[in-house]
Amino acid sequence: MQRDGPVIETRALTKVYPSGVKAVDGLDLEVHAGEIFGLLGPNGAGKTTTAGMLTTRVVPTSGQAFVGGIDVVARPAAAKRLIGVVSQTNTLDRSLTVWENLYFHGRFFGMDAKRARAEADRLLDEFRLADRAGAEVLTLSGGMAQRLMAARAVMHRPSILFLDEPTAGLDPQSRIALWEILTELHTEGQTILLTTHYMEEAERYCDRVAIIDQGRIVALDSPAGLKRSIGAAGTVAVSAAGDLEALAGLLSAELSGVHGAVVVDDRVYLGVDQPTAALPAVVHVAQRHGFVVTDLSISETTLETVFIKLTGKELRE
Amino acid sequence: MKTTITTPVAEAPLRTSTAATFGALLLRDAAVVRKRLGEFIPRTILQPLLLVFVFTYVFPKIGQGVGGGGRTAEVFSTILVAGVVATSILFQGIQAVALPLVQEFGFTREIEDRVLAPLPVGLVAFEKIVSGGLQCLLAGLIVFPIAAVVPATPVHLSANWPVVVTLIPLTCLMAGAMGLMFGTLFEPRTVPMLFGVVLIPITFLGCTYYTWEALEPIRWLQVVVLVNPLVYVSEGMRGALTNTPHISLLVVYAVLIGFTVVFSVIGIRGFARRVIA
Repeated sequence: MQRDGPVIETRALTKVYPSGVKAVDGLDLEVHAGEIFGLLGPNGAGKTTTAGMLTTRVVPTSGQAFVGGIDVVARPAAAKRLIGVVSQTNTLDRSLTVWENLYFHGRFFGMDAKRARAEADRLLDEFRLADRAGAEVLTLSGGMAQRLMAARAVMHRPSILFLDEPTAGLDPQSRIALWEILTELHTEGQTILLTTHYMEEAERYCDRVAIIDQGRIVALDSPAGLKRSIGAAGTVAVSAAGDLEALAGLLSAELSGVHGAVVVDDRVYLGVDQPTAALPAVVHVAQRHGFVVTDLSISETTLETVFIKLTGKELRE
Repeated sequence: MKTTITTPVAEAPLRTSTAATFGALLLRDAAVVRKRLGEFIPRTILQPLLLVFVFTYVFPKIGQGVGGGGRTAEVFSTILVAGVVATSILFQGIQAVALPLVQEFGFTREIEDRVLAPLPVGLVAFEKIVSGGLQCLLAGLIVFPIAAVVPATPVHLSANWPVVVTLIPLTCLMAGAMGLMFGTLFEPRTVPMLFGVVLIPITFLGCTYYTWEALEPIRWLQVVVLVNPLVYVSEGMRGALTNTPHISLLVVYAVLIGFTVVFSVIGIRGFARRVIA
């Protein structure tokens, strides 16, 4: 069901909460059919608010948002047909069993009783919950509850599946199990938008990632493109006593192959072409200017590096 | 742990209509009620049963209290039947709509899947009124025989059927709307207030144990209780089920329709405010 144009489109989408907090600030976004799109950013960056506006649960202050070409503000009921939502918290219906959660969801979306029964059975099988069909949802583990929410969200075959921090709070095995399911859905052409503050997940699974900070997109590209954009193969982190801003200036001026230096949390981060080879030179320059280096570490460029470079702060706080 | 998600063959596109989705929401609520009949029945019958038992069985037998014995006791039993049915219906609105909603809006957010069902949020809220109204109707049907049979003294019923079949559904709808309104106004922390500060006065000053006309000697009270919706329900039930004096049915209908509209508007707006930021 290939559509013309993007599956999601926002234009200058903005949300200011009554408290005065500007959660999302002029967001322009396009998500294409069949891609896994990640909104990556720290807590409070505006990811959940953005997902909330696209899923009709948050009303934008200004700007526009379209899902499958439908204006979500003007026609929320129509937009809701096209979206599936897995939210951050367990929102399963506790008055119903595992199976009934799916059955009634199917009925809400127009399935007749026979089809809703068949689909509920099939999904429980596929999401490996069949043996819990008659259980109360409160007895499910976090991973099982998350799988059931994912099953519920895709049951009506949405054009786009939204997942808000889907793996937050899950144990590693459940996380892997959920990603297996998402990867499988992706292979079948399901468009997925997810928010996360786990950069490893964004890096590994997303086709494109928007790095978002203080309600704005600071970069948008494939994970590989984002890493290329900072022009360095790796990062050297330097801890030292003294004026770190001065040290950062000296290191980027005197060393070759350095692509920028920023100070974050008592460390100087240097983007470099050859991290290992740069180490002795870093120590040498620092000592020559009277700095005592107390710790040095190197790392490959990751999305976290990109984030630090772009925003001057750590992703996880 | 390999997952294979198969696409079902011969998949017909889903055609949703607002009516079908609304109906499915009602089905969901019906399934929950059916599952919990073991809770529904005791919570519905216990209070009216005790009320009727103490006031109209125990008191006359021990020769104490309300109205004394003989003819006046019969009058009292007849007055109370209407009051008890009225209270039961109104309380059911709170129990069936307000209390579950307080929880679902609160920390569980389990209302979300219904909010995301493909129909306007206002209709998701309105479904709660209808579903609550139906549960109120069920409660009324369960309670009526108790109120009519338990009293030690004869109860003089004379059903005015056109009134019965219109007033009771209207009352149920109003109770559902009141439940929705309270459900959106109160939070888990403030629920005890709902009982202690709102429901107790509504019950005691709702013309359940006495007729509105009988309040004549306390004129100020007779005027003050007119803000209480239960007064009109009790009095209306008197008109529908008995020959006891009651407030004019025209007034009863008009005021109940008014309350239903006001509660619905406040409730539906409150619902939208709670689920949409």
